[in-house]
Amino acid sequence: MSYERRLSHYLDLLTVLFLKEMKVRYKSTTLGYLWSVLHPLAFAFVFFIAFKVVMRVQMEDYGLFLITGLFPWQWFANSVGLSPLIFLSNASIIKKIRFPTNILPLTTVLQDMVHFVLSLPVIVGFMLFYGKSPGIAWLYGIPILLAAQVLLTYGIALIISSLNLFFRDLERLTGIALTLLFYFTPVVYSETMIPEKYRYLVYLNPVAPLMISWRNLLLNGGLDPRLAAACVVHGLLFFAAGTAVYNKLSWKFGEAV
Amino acid sequence: MSAPVITFRSVTKNYTLYHELRGGIKNFLFRLPKAIKQIRDSSYCVLKDISFEVGSGETLGIIGRNGAGKSTLLGLMAGILRPSAGEVEVNGRITPLLELGGGFHPDLTGIDNIMLNGVLLGLSRKAVTRKLSEIIKFADIGDYIGQPIRTYSSGMVARLGFSVAAHLDPEIILADELLAVGDADFNKKCLDKMSDFKRSGVTIVFISHSMESIRKICDRVIWIEGHKIKMAGDAGAVTGAYKNSRPAI
Repeated sequence: MSYERRLSHYLDLLTVLFLKEMKVRYKSTTLGYLWSVLHPLAFAFVFFIAFKVVMRVQMEDYGLFLITGLFPWQWFANSVGLSPLIFLSNASIIKKIRFPTNILPLTTVLQDMVHFVLSLPVIVGFMLFYGKSPGIAWLYGIPILLAAQVLLTYGIALIISSLNLFFRDLERLTGIALTLLFYFTPVVYSETMIPEKYRYLVYLNPVAPLMISWRNLLLNGGLDPRLAAACVVHGLLFFAAGTAVYNKLSWKFGEAV
Repeated sequence: MSAPVITFRSVTKNYTLYHELRGGIKNFLFRLPKAIKQIRDSSYCVLKDISFEVGSGETLGIIGRNGAGKSTLLGLMAGILRPSAGEVEVNGRITPLLELGGGFHPDLTGIDNIMLNGVLLGLSRKAVTRKLSEIIKFADIGDYIGQPIRTYSSGMVARLGFSVAAHLDPEIILADELLAVGDADFNKKCLDKMSDFKRSGVTIVFISHSMESIRKICDRVIWIEGHKIKMAGDAGAVTGAYKNSRPAI
């Protein structure tokens, strides 16, 4: 097959699988969209009660702070949390048809990205409620961060979904790791609240620059170029690592699923 | 026989036994040396040093008992499995006929699944749209086409699966037990369609336990037993020998 023919088939495959996931997720429920918004909102509500009402954290607009951090986190956590099962749940086609299987985790990540983008109006609604409005930096900031997060999440999902075919208990480990990562990432607190001597540790966390950048961008309409560069670099690194793991293992998928 | 489209050159296929790994990461890390050794050593041989050719336009039957390695052979042809040793060469587009609509999603309607399956098997979305009405007509399952697949009987799923694959302009068809669930009517329709393909020069590799349908459409048959080709040749002769070799029950 020629290169163009392969590329156009890859795009067709992506479209069909994307629509399939969309239909399966929203089958027989018109509330589908609401559910994807409700989850992070419920989270925000819980943390608001725990940290603002009960523990009295001193921070302005803490509710909005939570919302702008939790929505992008939810996208990351959903895709990564689902990744151990991506190849397993498609075992019947992987065993029979030869196709670029790395398209399956990509579909999952793009799916969750679309849900995140669709929830941006909800975030704007809360901003207006808090007396804020979207900044001009959104125009270039959102595409940059979207691209960085797709690369990062896809890379991680590719590693986990491939390895899980050989180590089936990776699924449980992923759940635990996501919980730990959530509290080690400045999502419900700000990076400036971390004691000075531990603050450098945050930059070892590949998700931290992304989550900090999203919140700054959505909350204050600003994008720190150094943080943005860190997001893109992390994204590219994990994309490369994921592709390397996949290339090393994918020929065994047919017998391992 | 014309130029071969599928060539197996002393192909051996071993499966790694992953059970030590399936014990999970904990087991793997705590017994690392043992686990690695086990992965290296523990393999299970399915096919050993097998060579054959399938000519263009030929219909080849593959028979053998359960677990003999028939489906492994198809997997190697489809490029889903890699040989442990030897070489598999395929010239042409492979269309696997999935048993029981392997690539279907239960919550999607028949029409959505036709699109999904067609594109997975290599067609463009445009091409599937163009052939949609033809596929629906051949499957002949009435109004169910707009219902989710989970409401289908297994026979209806098989009909739809065969119908999609049959409209892909295949060059090489790999069929694994496709006649197991359809009713007599549809099985006849399938065999007719296979004969059509045969006439138009499509290469077919056909796995079945039904010696009758093997004899009906295959030119040549390979019988696999004990990791090897036990017998190959004329369909009547091989199926006859296979039947006679069966332990009397």
